Amino acid sequence: MTEGLIVSISSYIPLFAILCPATASVLILLSSKRPNIRESWTIIAGILQFSLIASMIPTILNEEVIECTFFQTMFEGIAFGFKVDAFGLIFALTASFLWILVSFYSIGYMRSLREHAQTRYYFCFAIAIFGAIGVALSANLLTMYVFFEILTVSTYPLVIHEQSKEAISAGHKYFAYLLTAGVFLLFAIMMTYYLTGTTDFTGGGIKALAELGPAYKLTLVILFFCFLLGFMKAAWMPFHSWLPTAMIAPTPVSALLHAVAVVKAGVFGIVRIVCYIYGVDLMGTLGLGLALACIASFTMIVANFFAIAQDNLKRRLAYSTINQLSYIILGAALLTSEGIRGAMIHIPFHGFMKITLFLCAGAIMVVTGKKNISEMAGVGKTMPVTMLAFTITAFGMCGIPPACGFISKWFLCWGTLQAGEIIFLFVLLTASLLDVVYFFPIIHIAFFKRPESGVEEVEVKEAPLFMLIPLSLTAIFSVLFFLDFILRLNIISMYFYRIVEVAVGNVIPIP
Amino acid sequence: MFLAEHYPVLVIVISLLSAFTILIAGWVNKKACLPISLATISVQLLLAFFILHQVITSGTIHYWLGGWAPPWGIEYVMDAFNAYVLVIVLFICLLAAIYSKRSIEKEQPGKIVPFYVVFQLLITGLCGITVTGDIFNLYVFLEIASLAAYALIAVAGGRALKASYNYVIMGSIGACFYLLGVGFLYAVTGSLNMHDLSLLLPPLYGNKVVQAAFVFFVVGMSIKMALFPLHIWQPDAYTYAPSAVSVIIAAAMSKVSIYAFIRVFFSVFTTDFIEIYVPIAATLSWIAAIAIIVGSLIAIMQTNLKRMLAYSSVSQVGYIVLGVGLYSTQWGLYGALMHILNHAITKGCLFLVAGAIIYRSGLWHIRDFEGLGKKMPYTSAAFTIAALSMIGVPPTVGFMTKLCLVLASLEAVEYVFVAVILFSTLLNLVYFWRVIDRMYFVRKEGEEESEHEIKKEEAPLSMVFPALILGSLCVIVGILWLPGSVTPLQPIVNQAVKALLGMGVVVP
Repeated sequence: MTEGLIVSISSYIPLFAILCPATASVLILLSSKRPNIRESWTIIAGILQFSLIASMIPTILNEEVIECTFFQTMFEGIAFGFKVDAFGLIFALTASFLWILVSFYSIGYMRSLREHAQTRYYFCFAIAIFGAIGVALSANLLTMYVFFEILTVSTYPLVIHEQSKEAISAGHKYFAYLLTAGVFLLFAIMMTYYLTGTTDFTGGGIKALAELGPAYKLTLVILFFCFLLGFMKAAWMPFHSWLPTAMIAPTPVSALLHAVAVVKAGVFGIVRIVCYIYGVDLMGTLGLGLALACIASFTMIVANFFAIAQDNLKRRLAYSTINQLSYIILGAALLTSEGIRGAMIHIPFHGFMKITLFLCAGAIMVVTGKKNISEMAGVGKTMPVTMLAFTITAFGMCGIPPACGFISKWFLCWGTLQAGEIIFLFVLLTASLLDVVYFFPIIHIAFFKRPESGVEEVEVKEAPLFMLIPLSLTAIFSVLFFLDFILRLNIISMYFYRIVEVAVGNVIPIP
Repeated sequence: MFLAEHYPVLVIVISLLSAFTILIAGWVNKKACLPISLATISVQLLLAFFILHQVITSGTIHYWLGGWAPPWGIEYVMDAFNAYVLVIVLFICLLAAIYSKRSIEKEQPGKIVPFYVVFQLLITGLCGITVTGDIFNLYVFLEIASLAAYALIAVAGGRALKASYNYVIMGSIGACFYLLGVGFLYAVTGSLNMHDLSLLLPPLYGNKVVQAAFVFFVVGMSIKMALFPLHIWQPDAYTYAPSAVSVIIAAAMSKVSIYAFIRVFFSVFTTDFIEIYVPIAATLSWIAAIAIIVGSLIAIMQTNLKRMLAYSSVSQVGYIVLGVGLYSTQWGLYGALMHILNHAITKGCLFLVAGAIIYRSGLWHIRDFEGLGKKMPYTSAAFTIAALSMIGVPPTVGFMTKLCLVLASLEAVEYVFVAVILFSTLLNLVYFWRVIDRMYFVRKEGEEESEHEIKKEEAPLSMVFPALILGSLCVIVGILWLPGSVTPLQPIVNQAVKALLGMGVVVP
């Protein structure tokens, strides 16, 4: 494996990056009486955090890793600390960048709707980002678990923000799924530690685990499924139903947390397990890749059928998220370099596209008060910019240019061919086709269907700029990523491809 | 450093004398009681810290009472384990004393003087159990502490009388069992000194009298520490006692009983005896596992906050005993000793909060807690942290215990225990989250979106402050456990575990 060649540099940048949202959360509480100052803390922390994380890009591209170990724990072989590698950086970059945009959006959204308990909202949001970035940068499973649980607990107040009976029972469901998952994850982590004496993420898998021998085959298979159950955050079927339920949260929460931070932490974990704990070879020997791919395929197809049946826009998007997450899982499960490339690149790309869709849904709700797709006739005329952004990214979701969804799906398809599993290629294409089935009606209704009231002249009435600009930006980025790759423009977004290149190099042994 | 040798006995003597001083001073002026008590406990705590420091740096302290050599005279022995427990107990007592000022003034204004006298006697008893190296002396202090506790619970009157009566009956049975055990051992060996016994007993391990004595010890102490199914006195006693007393008996006294249990288990008898002659470890673990689950299940059914906490204690004692049962693994006993501190902090905090809520608003039914998060923000915050610690959310203390016990169970290849520990996490979540939900999120019936300002009605500082200290300790200690040898906590527990498993109460 390439492990021996990687140079590690020790640095406190990861610590500072993660301290940004933590400090912000305290400051937010302290300035609860002054909304403008309170919100500026969030923005400042977001920008600072993103710049810190971005400053690590050159080191990572140099094929080095950044380590930041705090202390050896009482358990021999487990250190508590961060290790930034290419894969972790992808997730961290995505989450921290989108946090800035969503913070602006939140200001517009929360103030337009005059929501209550805004201090609690911003406080929990900052803690949730603290958890998500922590997950991204963790050096080993135990550290990751700590942040994982922080992420779960801190998002509860956001899910039940409305505080109605319905919201609270949704919150209970959320906890019932995710904390049960936490229990499985803890068991799996301790079991891994017990078997190997380490929980460090190692490119190509933990050697001790691969060397356990055939007697442990069943144990390893069970262990893998415990891990999988532990990452219920990835919303694979049949353990997905917390996600649509959690859509009762305010839209920015659904956008960042339930399209990016929380669910991506789940798939991030699965990819970590596949590539950095078990390793591609061991996964193949145990036949776990195939099992995982089957689960992912099942989820992709079934989630899409569920999505078609939804009339509530946010719920439809939630099912679409479940479907897209399984693209990532499938990519990793193929155990080929292109498949993993597709999976890794789909993490930021899906993040950008799905967040746009959610932000559009929120904007429509703020301006027109409409939540259901069937009521949206004529929205395309009242809110042209929002719906344009929606349309472009919805295309991306289906894998149609000019949004970046095309690229990740291209890699994924290539991955299936590389693995010689034609059947999964069909699954991918069918799922994409189904994506079209449920996204196009929305576009059709919004642009081409006449509103029932029959009013011909429609005034253009967009959401406040605080909301409009972030959603346009994410849409523009989605397109940029695509153009960048196709035309070789070599602008900022090219970094993503290079980082993914490095990450894939870490995981797959170079022949 | 002439005085330094006498620290172990000073901890007891000061406390005992102070109890009488409080009585006399209380005749003159009722207000003198609390300051004297506080000063005494502070000095005791300071002494305890010195002892702990000395034990860690220069080994076990032996103190011969009156200069009489051990097998005949009473010996006080301080090793890492009891110094550690002593510090925990006195720290909780100190916070409870600060807390008691307002709570007793309100709950029992007429009985302040007797309250503090008995309170100080209780502390004397608790410290005595901890420092002594003589099993009969331990019994004496056990009775002092128990009698004081019966009286303190009964102070509240009403239903507390029945609770206290129950406790008297059960507690006395437990003490009798213990005494029978002592008697049997004395009949066989003619010695009462723990270390001496541990040397005399090995050839007699096959003796049925010795084995019976061991069983008497175990059952007697199980009643005292409310191990399921011998816990029936405990929920009533915790629920109806005055708030400050609930804190002490739940957080400190239960720990001392557990200390005595572990001490007799490992220091008088040895691991050889437990492994070969009375193979009790597996049984104990299973009982503990049942305690963990049943305690939590009953806690879920409770509607009274204090009662819920009491049942939660039943399940938490199960954690400690499970650790003891898994002593043969690397992390078993370690986890048990860790949890003594962890549970003292967490449960102490929770009972402090329960008392503060009753003090300020008279609420004890969980259903009525709506809006408490706004009314009493600091109290609720302390409760939330402690509750998260009970659930075992990292990086709190509860999480660390869970890690150790899961590892121990894996090492013992007992997957059932792993499942029990992890499942109990979810059960804890159910009954604690219900309270947090009520405090912060659930709206009263009929109350609509309109956010009418709820007035802050925080409990007095002397009650909130201890709760906040323990609340923050839940996180701080949790983080201190994790790094292992860098912090002072781990070496203490390590040394204690080694002493217990290795060679009884002798110099390491």
